[in-house]
Amino acid sequence: MKQYTGEVLSHRKHGEEYHSLTVVAPDIAASARPGQFVNLRPPADRYYILRRPFSICRVNRGSGWAATIEVIFDIRGPGTAALAAMRAHDPIDVIGPIGQGFAIPKNRQACLLIGGGVGATPLFFLGEELRAAGKRVDVLCGASRASRLVNTLELKRLGAMTEFTTDDGSVGYHGLVTDLLPNMIERCGSEVLYACGPRPMLQAVTAIAIKYRLPVQVALEEQMACGIGICLSCVAPIYNQKGTGVMHVRTCLEGPVFNGARVAWDRYGTDLDEADGPPGN
Amino acid sequence: MSDIEDLTTTELLRPSELVKPIDRKAEAEAAGRGGRPQADLSVRLAGIPLRSPIVTASGCFASGKEIAEFMDLRVLGAVVVKSMTLEPWQGKPPPRMVETPSGMLNAIGLQNKGVDYFLRYDLQALNAAKVPVIASIAGNTQQEFVRVADRLRGAPGVIAVEVNISCPNLEDRSSMFSHDPKATAGVIGNVRRCLEVPVFAKLSPNVTSITDIAGAALDAGAAGLSLINTLLGMAIDIETGKPRLGGVMGGLSGPAIRPVAVRAVYEVRQAYPDVPIIGMGGVMDYKDALEMIWAGANAVAIGTANFIDPRSTLDITRGIERFLVEHGIRSLSRLRALSGPRSSPPAPSATPASAAPSPGAPPSAPLSRR
Ligand SMILES: Cc1cc2nc3c(=O)[nH]c(=O)nc-3n(C[C@H](O)[C@H](O)[C@H](O)COP(=O)(O)OP(=O)(O)OC[C@H]3O[C@@H](n4cnc5c(N)ncnc54)[C@H](O)[C@@H]3O)c2cc1C
Ligand SMILES: Cc1cc2nc3c(=O)[nH]c(=O)nc-3n(C[C@H](O)[C@H](O)[C@H](O)COP(=O)(O)O)c2cc1C
Ligand code: FES
Repeated sequence: MKQYTGEVLSHRKHGEEYHSLTVVAPDIAASARPGQFVNLRPPADRYYILRRPFSICRVNRGSGWAATIEVIFDIRGPGTAALAAMRAHDPIDVIGPIGQGFAIPKNRQACLLIGGGVGATPLFFLGEELRAAGKRVDVLCGASRASRLVNTLELKRLGAMTEFTTDDGSVGYHGLVTDLLPNMIERCGSEVLYACGPRPMLQAVTAIAIKYRLPVQVALEEQMACGIGICLSCVAPIYNQKGTGVMHVRTCLEGPVFNGARVAWDRYGTDLDEADGPPGN
Repeated sequence: MSDIEDLTTTELLRPSELVKPIDRKAEAEAAGRGGRPQADLSVRLAGIPLRSPIVTASGCFASGKEIAEFMDLRVLGAVVVKSMTLEPWQGKPPPRMVETPSGMLNAIGLQNKGVDYFLRYDLQALNAAKVPVIASIAGNTQQEFVRVADRLRGAPGVIAVEVNISCPNLEDRSSMFSHDPKATAGVIGNVRRCLEVPVFAKLSPNVTSITDIAGAALDAGAAGLSLINTLLGMAIDIETGKPRLGGVMGGLSGPAIRPVAVRAVYEVRQAYPDVPIIGMGGVMDYKDALEMIWAGANAVAIGTANFIDPRSTLDITRGIERFLVEHGIRSLSRLRALSGPRSSPPAPSATPASAAPSPGAPPSAPLSRR
């Protein structure tokens, strides 16, 4: 993990709804793995003070000293709005690469990548790495409407087979990714599932993976204050190794990628301790 | 948990090398060998010599291991670790954080691995890093506080114990310990009796009179005070009408609370001219830290700022050093002599309104350049 002042190489509109920021950050590009993220500090404003976490969408290690990382995001609030206003040559404070990324299987070949909305951004980096490792890559990507699918062209290129779903039917199958998932697993002979997107989708994908007895890795996104492991704000309920108990585990350092079967999905929002803790801190 | 195989541990290759070595150049600079002008930042806190007044705020630095990747911990006066309890606590369910204008709300619920884990792992690491430790303790009953304190007796490198009394008092279910002078005195008195090191009481700002609670803590034997803990707050999602924190209410921290913190330190300083105070609340840069010192703090703890910039404590330390050099002041104790303790302290005031205009807290003359 490194902190330094990178430089914006380019800011582009990405499709109708998204923005893409490419940042010169050689040390981060050199060691980043798919699934890891960076914590960007948007230009100062009096309404927000914290950094903003974003999945690393792609790295370009080729250009040596000017190696870059790319993030894709949509404008949700003041932080992302400020980032979307950044231009080439602006300095930007960046920490990364952070967290545990997706693991690449040693023995299995057919990998199915499942993305939802803007959460699909790490799939590009992951897909390239898997292909470089000689794996078969298939892609299943969903969103609420066509304009919220990230770079469909690239995803089509990435997947041996690529399917899209939209909630409104504007592109691809009219429905949810999980409607198509069983069929896709069978057609592609998938051996490993990777999923990133909204939590209900990750939970549903995990349930299907368990039914098919396939390993599944999910990337969780929690509210993060520090993104470097010191505040404990980003935890998720995770089963311990033996599956006998549930613990609150940091998603910034121990995650964001977890084995989906070890996420205690139904324990979100419940107290894990008998004793009720204090309000605050 | 399902019995499907856990590839993360059995079959898949994991990125292992996440930890980069410390930047040696920054480290040398941090240690003052970078050829910069220097000033003596050492202070005494309840008789303990510290190399710097800058310490960390409990819960905002974990136990230092993560930050050690970004800076040399030896620049710190001390690391105040996350509050620990007798047994491990899992804390509140997520979401645990909401950002607010110039601040943040957190509802962590004191998640920690318990005092025995601390002694076994965190303390060893901190000792190896050669940084003094202030152990923060918490509990739901007086007995729990006492048993944690008891375990810490004689722990190497622990120079003081900070008692976080912003916990709900399960014995008299009404409120937090720090909201009631009697409960405060009870905990502090009992904890103090099992420790040789100075005990600091960390007070909540959510009270009618913080000087009354401070008085109760001091009467019970607290060697010093930590001011302030977070302000209780809440955020609601307007789409659903539901609280945005899993723990419903949370603690407000960051720049938004700094004026409250400065006021609390000032008020207690006016009432108790000689009591050692660790001031904290929204300190983001060296100017904020100096403001806290002028208000009467002997040491300044940095909390939320660490989340935004992991090198905040280092930057603040350097900033104070530069400030002293630029003003021709050789040491922090010289600065402190200009700011107080006042030769004739004003009488303890019951209300902030009467305390505010009392003269003498800020220096009457601007700092002279020599
Ligand atoms: C590990 C990680 C990776 C992420 N990767 C991406 C990415 O590649 N692209 C992208 O567009 N976004 C990503 N996010 C979410 C992104 O961090 C938030 O959208 C951003 O912080 C919002 O900031 P803001 O100031 O614009 O909005 P705010 O005003 O802070 O929030 C606006 C809305 O966004 C929601 N939001 C804020 N933070 C998060 C979060 N951490 N997760 C989910 N929703 C959030 C808020 O609840 C609120 O409803 C990621 C989050 C995490 C934790
Ligand atoms: C995420 C978080 C966790 C905290 N945990 C603790 C804790 O365990 N014990 C404690 O005494 N104070 C805790 N605090 C309070 C801080 O130590 C400090 O008093 C408060 O945040 C004000 O300082 P700041 O504005 O510089 O953060 C916590 C604060 C935050 C933001
Ligand atoms: S975001 Fe602070 S510990 Fe994970």
